[in-house]
Amino acid sequence: MNALMFGWEFPPHILGGLGTASYGLTRGMAQQEDMHITFILPKPWGDEDQSFLRIIGANSVDVPGRGCIEFSGRYPDNLVEEISNYDEVASVLARQLDFDIIHSHDWLTYPAGVTAKRLSGKPLVIHVHATDFDRSRGNVNPIVYSIERRGMDEADHIMCVSNLTRQTVIEKYGQDPNKVSTVHNAVEPLAHPEEFVKHPRKDKLVTFLGRITMQKGPEYFVEAAARVLEKTDGVRFVMAGSGDMMNQMIDLVAKRGIADKFHFPGFMRGRQVQEILADSDVYIMPSVSEPFGISPLEAMQVGCPSIISHQSGCAEILNHAIKTDYWDIDAMADAIYAIVKYPAMYKSLSELGREEVNNIRWYDAGLKVRKIYDKVINRW
Amino acid sequence: MKNICFCFQMHAPMQLRRYRFFEIGQDHYYYDDMATEERLTWLVRESYMPLLGTLKDMIRLSKGKFKCALAVCGTTLEQLEQYTPEVIDLMKELVATKCVEMVATPYSYSLAAQYSETEWELQMKMQEQKVNELFGVKPAALFNTELLYSDEIADLAWKLGYKVVMTEGAKHILSWKSPAYVYHSTANPKQTILVRDMQRSDELSFHFSDPAWPNYPIDAEKFVRQLGESNEEDNVVNIWLGADAFGINQRVETGIFEFMKALPYYALEQNIGFVTPSEAAKKMQAQDTLSSPYPLTWAGEGKSLSLFDGNDLQQEALNKMYAVAERVHMCKDKALKTDWLLLQDADYLHYMNHIDRGSSNFESAYDAFINFMNILSDFLQLVDEQYPTTIENEELNSLLKTINNQEKEIGRLTEELKKAKKAKTAEPKAAAEKKVTKKK
Repeated sequence: MNALMFGWEFPPHILGGLGTASYGLTRGMAQQEDMHITFILPKPWGDEDQSFLRIIGANSVDVPGRGCIEFSGRYPDNLVEEISNYDEVASVLARQLDFDIIHSHDWLTYPAGVTAKRLSGKPLVIHVHATDFDRSRGNVNPIVYSIERRGMDEADHIMCVSNLTRQTVIEKYGQDPNKVSTVHNAVEPLAHPEEFVKHPRKDKLVTFLGRITMQKGPEYFVEAAARVLEKTDGVRFVMAGSGDMMNQMIDLVAKRGIADKFHFPGFMRGRQVQEILADSDVYIMPSVSEPFGISPLEAMQVGCPSIISHQSGCAEILNHAIKTDYWDIDAMADAIYAIVKYPAMYKSLSELGREEVNNIRWYDAGLKVRKIYDKVINRW
Repeated sequence: MKNICFCFQMHAPMQLRRYRFFEIGQDHYYYDDMATEERLTWLVRESYMPLLGTLKDMIRLSKGKFKCALAVCGTTLEQLEQYTPEVIDLMKELVATKCVEMVATPYSYSLAAQYSETEWELQMKMQEQKVNELFGVKPAALFNTELLYSDEIADLAWKLGYKVVMTEGAKHILSWKSPAYVYHSTANPKQTILVRDMQRSDELSFHFSDPAWPNYPIDAEKFVRQLGESNEEDNVVNIWLGADAFGINQRVETGIFEFMKALPYYALEQNIGFVTPSEAAKKMQAQDTLSSPYPLTWAGEGKSLSLFDGNDLQQEALNKMYAVAERVHMCKDKALKTDWLLLQDADYLHYMNHIDRGSSNFESAYDAFINFMNILSDFLQLVDEQYPTTIENEELNSLLKTINNQEKEIGRLTEELKKAKKAKTAEPKAAAEKKVTKKK
């Protein structure tokens, strides 16, 4: 089975969850012996792990009449132009490469997938890691929507990272439920989990980690923190990451008069992330709309109890995490208080959570994807 | 002669309200009265009243040959008195026929027998008093919460005067033995142990209307015939179950109440009688001894306490709660004591189980734990305000003794003072008299 995948991000150079998920899924799928994956990236950096798949840079493909096209590989302002360039590259590759199925990751690569399908006559599955409804709190960009919509209409099957996203795809994009499946994300096991330990400290640490944007619900975290601090001492709050709401959050923290207990360490990457998670007593993700949300799983891997919103896809597969509505700051504050005050709470969530997450494997997600491939190809 | 011993258990915990941590120390009321009343009236309407009515009919139709027992803890009796006194009235009627035995349970639906001996003793006495007040009888057979039993508990029960103890007919206590006989406890050869027939009881509780059950359909005639077919002579089949099996697990449409009504007729026809637990113990010869070094209950697959104390959350809640048992015993605040009894309800611990959460309204075991611990924290603070935890129990005890004895001491001292004063006033007189006599 040869799969041609179109993606936008791949570790180690990642900007969001898409890269992590692309890596995990392909790695999990590559464990199937007869699975060969060719992964197209706009701009590979050369230090990607290619031991289990082949990576082709779109910027190194000779497009007739244009030569090699430059890609930023990020999310620049001329993103639509970059997407259409990527689409052009796909039309070249669809004729050159040998494959059985096309697999497009997220809306940026849907046009490329559709083009490859038209030119090669091979089936197309698309992988919905997020929709514009998640990113915009309902205020969708019509251009993005139309690209998403066309990709879904043309796809032979749609895979979503959660039932929540699946529902959006069915309801907001008018897709036939029979064509839409859920393949929950998983998490890469840590090579050396013992490296990440909790250092003893006087104050308990409650951490938010992610883009400080509307989608992630940072203001609810600040309000919950204020609630907790009203009642108790010895707890500190950390909002790591950056984003367009950061200054607003700093203002809010000052307004609530908790700036002495609330910290903004900025963007964190790589090891730093695991280190701060391992050091935290609580990880919190109050996302307003999160298609999946892999970071609570990463927190649980290093034994950090997680509080997540019901509006997060990962809530569908986690039992040993606290779930509240994103707007329910009382419940959130209550959960934070319980974890820092009642030792059994921390212990149970930490131990049972770690165990639970260690059993959520990319290999299993890969098998689900494979089943869908087989079904689509047989029907073709 | 073969006998059937029925026992129906009623229990409705107070429904806890959503109690957030910022209310700790601010608000000391923990219950959602509306939810409590709603749940209780639902139980009463669907199950308790129809069941008690059926029992009354069965006694009347069998001319007093049908007998059974009821197990209702004090906290539930209180709820029934408050919201549905008609249930208490009907129970009184039933007890007055002498066909219905009220068995002994702890006053709160608690696992105190395992966690605090003194607490358990107090609760057993409270319950006796309550049952006596309401029904004018003294409970004799022990039906502990969740049928909790161990050799140690059997011994405690003996010391409190319970000669009959009821427990679960689990494999690890019976092994190859039949649940249909009466046994002695290893601890006290004079103490009688009755064990529940799990299969028969569960058949009514869970399988009565299940078409997939091999023995389906079950009617009274068949049920009795199968009881009669067993080889054992002179035995007792103990069918003990939650009263909510009737009308709730098995809805009225399943015909469960008609099944019950028909039962005495077919049983008596087959020469099978009915007994209450105390009668069974009196009538029958013990066949063997039973021993259970570990706590045994009728709950879950494991028939142990693990449903209630198997995980870290439950352990913490239990430890924190029973750590103050002694202090609560010392205090006299009535509201505090009421909360203490209500909070011990084993259902709250059941809600904290990760796998089987019972009838929990909470979203998860964690959610149940958070809410309970917030409440408990407030409660513990109140206890602490009365008697600071910084003082050791023993020291506190001696201090309390001093305080309690203070009055006596003051009385004694004032007495002494009076005497001394009298003597003083008497002295100068006497001296004056002396002077007078001298002058003379």
